[in-house]
Amino acid sequence: MAQRRINYRVKIDHPFRILKRILSYVWKINTYKIVIIVILLLASSISQVYAMSLLRDLIDKVLPPLIENPSEIGPLITFTILMGSLFLVSIITSYLYQFILVFVTQDTLKKLRDDMFKKMETLPLNYFDNKTIGEVMSTYTNDTDSLRQMISQSIPQIFASLVTIVTVFILMIMTSWILTLVTVFSVSLMLIAIKIIGSKSSGYFLDNQIVLSKINGYIEEMIEGQRVIKVFNHEDEVKKGFDVLNDRMRESNYKANKYSISLMPIIHNLGYVNFAITAVIGSLLAFNNVGGFTTGAFAAFLLYNRQFTNPIGQVSNQINYIFMALAGAKRIFDLLDQEKEIDDGKVTLVNVIEDEDGNLIEKNEATNQWAWKYIDENNQVKLIKLKGDVRFFNVNFGYSKDKEVLHDISLYAKPGQKLAFVGATGAGKTTITNLINRFYDIEEGIITYDGINIKDIKKDDLRHSLGMVLQDTHLFSGTIKDNIRYGKMDSSDDDVIKAAKLARADQFISLLENGYDTYITGDGGNLSQGQRQLLSIARAALYNPPVLILDEATSSIDTYTESLVQEGMDELMKGRTVFVIAHRLSTIQNSNAIIVLDHGRIIERGDHDDLIAKKGVYYQLYTGAFELE
Amino acid sequence: MWKLYFKHSKGYRAQALLTPVFVAIEALIEAILPLFMADVIDRASGLEPSSIISGFMNNVVNYFEWLFPQTPNVYVYCYGVIMLILALLALMGGVVSGILATNASSGFAKSVRKDLYYHIQDYSFENIDRFSTSSLITRLTTDITNCQQSFQMTTRISFRAPLIFIFSLIMAFLANSRLAWVFVIASPILVILLIIIITKANPYFKKMFKKYDHLNLIVQENITGIRTVKSYVNEDLENKKFEHASSEVASNSKMAEKIIALNSPVMMFIIYASVTIVAFVGSLMIARDGYGEGSTLYLFITYAIQILSALMMVSMVFMMLVMAKASTDRIIEALNEVPTIQNCSSPLYEIKDGSVEFKDVSFSYLHDDDKLALKNISFKVESGMVVGIFGSTGSGKTTLMNLIPRLYDVNQGEVLVGGVNVKDYDIKSLRDQVSMVLQKNVLFSGTIKDNLRWGNKDATDEELIAACKLAQADEFISRFNDGYDTYIEQGGTNVSGGQKQRICIARALLKKPKILILDDSTSAVDTKTDALIRKAFKEEIPSTTKFIITQRISSVEDADIILFMVDGKIANIGTHEQLLKENEVYKKIYLAQTKGGK
Repeated sequence: MAQRRINYRVKIDHPFRILKRILSYVWKINTYKIVIIVILLLASSISQVYAMSLLRDLIDKVLPPLIENPSEIGPLITFTILMGSLFLVSIITSYLYQFILVFVTQDTLKKLRDDMFKKMETLPLNYFDNKTIGEVMSTYTNDTDSLRQMISQSIPQIFASLVTIVTVFILMIMTSWILTLVTVFSVSLMLIAIKIIGSKSSGYFLDNQIVLSKINGYIEEMIEGQRVIKVFNHEDEVKKGFDVLNDRMRESNYKANKYSISLMPIIHNLGYVNFAITAVIGSLLAFNNVGGFTTGAFAAFLLYNRQFTNPIGQVSNQINYIFMALAGAKRIFDLLDQEKEIDDGKVTLVNVIEDEDGNLIEKNEATNQWAWKYIDENNQVKLIKLKGDVRFFNVNFGYSKDKEVLHDISLYAKPGQKLAFVGATGAGKTTITNLINRFYDIEEGIITYDGINIKDIKKDDLRHSLGMVLQDTHLFSGTIKDNIRYGKMDSSDDDVIKAAKLARADQFISLLENGYDTYITGDGGNLSQGQRQLLSIARAALYNPPVLILDEATSSIDTYTESLVQEGMDELMKGRTVFVIAHRLSTIQNSNAIIVLDHGRIIERGDHDDLIAKKGVYYQLYTGAFELE
Repeated sequence: MWKLYFKHSKGYRAQALLTPVFVAIEALIEAILPLFMADVIDRASGLEPSSIISGFMNNVVNYFEWLFPQTPNVYVYCYGVIMLILALLALMGGVVSGILATNASSGFAKSVRKDLYYHIQDYSFENIDRFSTSSLITRLTTDITNCQQSFQMTTRISFRAPLIFIFSLIMAFLANSRLAWVFVIASPILVILLIIIITKANPYFKKMFKKYDHLNLIVQENITGIRTVKSYVNEDLENKKFEHASSEVASNSKMAEKIIALNSPVMMFIIYASVTIVAFVGSLMIARDGYGEGSTLYLFITYAIQILSALMMVSMVFMMLVMAKASTDRIIEALNEVPTIQNCSSPLYEIKDGSVEFKDVSFSYLHDDDKLALKNISFKVESGMVVGIFGSTGSGKTTLMNLIPRLYDVNQGEVLVGGVNVKDYDIKSLRDQVSMVLQKNVLFSGTIKDNLRWGNKDATDEELIAACKLAQADEFISRFNDGYDTYIEQGGTNVSGGQKQRICIARALLKKPKILILDDSTSAVDTKTDALIRKAFKEEIPSTTKFIITQRISSVEDADIILFMVDGKIANIGTHEQLLKENEVYKKIYLAQTKGGK
């Protein structure tokens, strides 16, 4: 036996449910247009079929008197005009519906993309942790595109074909029911062929889309990692990796299309077989003149026969687009069906001012003072002043259920305090900060913010009250200015420059090609790591949050610049609660509390002097006797 | 455009060429089948059939009558059987040609994708920036898919349709030359109209793809920067940005497709006009000149329908081709992009030693003399020296080092390695001899061994251990339960920063380079280990030139020479002691760093 090949077919569950869902999606956003299209389509198909059926009259009724009296062409002219106008109706209506269809198709694709994007923005971070960037990107391009052909061509064509089929069918029955039976028999053969081949190829189409997304992911990752590849002369290995995917792509592509493309000739020629059988039986009927079956009727029936099987052939020609679309739609709906980040919080953040008596009054304009607003059991609006008091009570957490990474963490940061985390990579420093802004939700324990459980705070508002400067600065395509004001799009240019100065970024920015208006592409490729971090600090400064999280915010800035930035940072941190993760212990010495983490547990805590006196892990780290591992 | 299709159909060319043969079989049969039908109708009406196949069929019928003398209506069975055989033959032709075409087109796509991807591997960063990652991705996936579909169509339907068209036309002529002229006039009009449609729609498709790249870019940025988006609660802004991009894609597609939508009405108009004329003129001819009967008319209408469906198919292919044209152009553009960094015509493969000299080097990322990232840099270091590079954020330290392995090319001046301009070396050989440990260290998922072997895939275990000893990594690796077989998770999340850096150094050492560049790559390593690494370098690889970019003066204190960089220029050059004496800023930083503990 030949060596068994790996079967990549992926079954599409509930294909009809997916199909129904796409159709109802299209219907929902284009209802009126679709109604108009259907009317136009009906008009177009019916006039077309009717015009064709006139040919029978031409042969049976117009031609014989004309042969008798060739000069009497009046009826022929009337007939021709009638046929011509029917054709004209068919042409005009068909253009109109195709015109509208362009809008239906593009609006649907746009809406799908927008919906996906909106959904994506609400997804919890662990969705992104498990996928490569390019794989997700593929849903917006390759998968969405796979629907285009189906919406713009397949569905209307199938519909038009159905109309034709039904109309012709009626005409056929009226002409000869015996021959109609023959045709019905052949058509059921065709349907069986469609079913068999369809079930064979549809799975490969899904695999095709999956592999395509994998290739997308691979290309994205490798182009972004080009620097490492070049430095290590690793081009050949990367090419090999690509070849593996590319081969698989070809394989599943070939298999998917092989079956579906065979469908068209099969259906088409089954049509001829049907034609032949019909002809034999028909001519017998005509010869024996069964039930007044005339030669004209016979000829007409044969025409109907073609008209009947032709649209089926056309539908079968669309079948691979439908399978492709189903595969794409499945992946789109998978994204759309993802669970959103949980956000049941009712407590919101509002601007307030404080009157002489210390009462808080809510304001609509920016006041630089905030309060948490909630409605208590007695339906009274309550305001709690935002101070920046963050506490952890016995928090346990794991990214996946079976692997806990934080164990029994309790800590507090009073308003205005600076809290530093020290520990090896993987000790859980960043994880703790990710819990405060609810990038991830805890299962056990409680985290409070100004005494409120953070789960009760509306997520957006919680994050509005927290500024984050991450180790890897992400810059967006746009000007430097836009990137700094990312957290607060309505801030003035002066504020932007002020923030940049505070972060000591002003100097290098003014040396750029267009200063603050320099356009950044490709994640700010030509800016150094340190420069990017300065921008990130400026961004946070402008955001002006009561609580700041600095995760290795200055790790790539040289010590000299850092000492300059430090002044600005100190200014920035004044009066704010700050969580700092830093490798250079010099930057955290002045913290109110330093928390030393090891494998998700707090092993030491206290201020710098306490910990030095304790002569524990921190002391060893500080004296350089010990390395963070 | 056709060159691309021709080149990449290599290996599948036999299939691509056989396809039309089988298509021809199918089309031919499809063209002559109506003749049989007309004959049957004629005979049923008691007339003498008069088409070109009638003579042949007469013989067949006679033979059958001789075989089965007592059967009435033998001719019907004759025709039936022959038509059945023909239909089955056509079916076979169709299926075989379909499979061949699919095979050829998926092979074609694979070949183009491979070529383009390989070519992109030769791109310099400048080339990549010119296209952007997102655009390169679209070109490699969406655009190639478009071309593939058009290839599939071109090898099949675009042969099939014209063949049916031509056969039907010939048949129509043979049947009645006075009616057939209608088709002869109609066809060129149709072709001209289609060409107009294509030329009008093409620019919009081009624009649409540009917008498409942009949309892709926004998605990419949002996924990479999702933490930033979320922590600044900027989902609404991003949604707006995306909606803008997606409506630009939609509106350009609409423009293009609105023009394309004209396609089918134009087609229908021509065809239906022909049918109507045939019906009218045909009727008159039958009536006045006694041409056959209803069957003649029937035959003509059938041909008209056949020509119609053939042209419908042509129009479908045309639509695909219009889009494929835009896609093909984009692929060709990327394929024709000349890598800005290339081997010279007769490159050197041997690098004598690790000496490095910069002669009046200036460099700008933008090729703009006013925006120089490096200005008039000149220095020379001997093989085996330890060179410290020190300077503030953005002073050009990394940029300077990027020029040695030719990640970028200088704008002015020259960089010499081993006494020879780097541009004269084979790039691969040069990069093999220049090892760089990057600021952003990347480990890949796999064992420590796998990761180390990036440096040298044939390295023996002993060599791996030796390199790790040099990088002070052997000690902690052997403490792991699985030692060198410890599995590193993606991005190296399960080892500490300092450990990661040391593995990366070991990986770079395995290349046995003549020049080693450490770009701030011991920042997470404690001072003691840092010193040990430097000591090992000095003792174990004395002939390798070592460049150390650092923010910690203590790391370069004992370097043979230190370049102190300020704003893309060398402010001072010399030993630590010299710099302390000559440069105030340097001294200030040094004092600040030594005072502050570490």
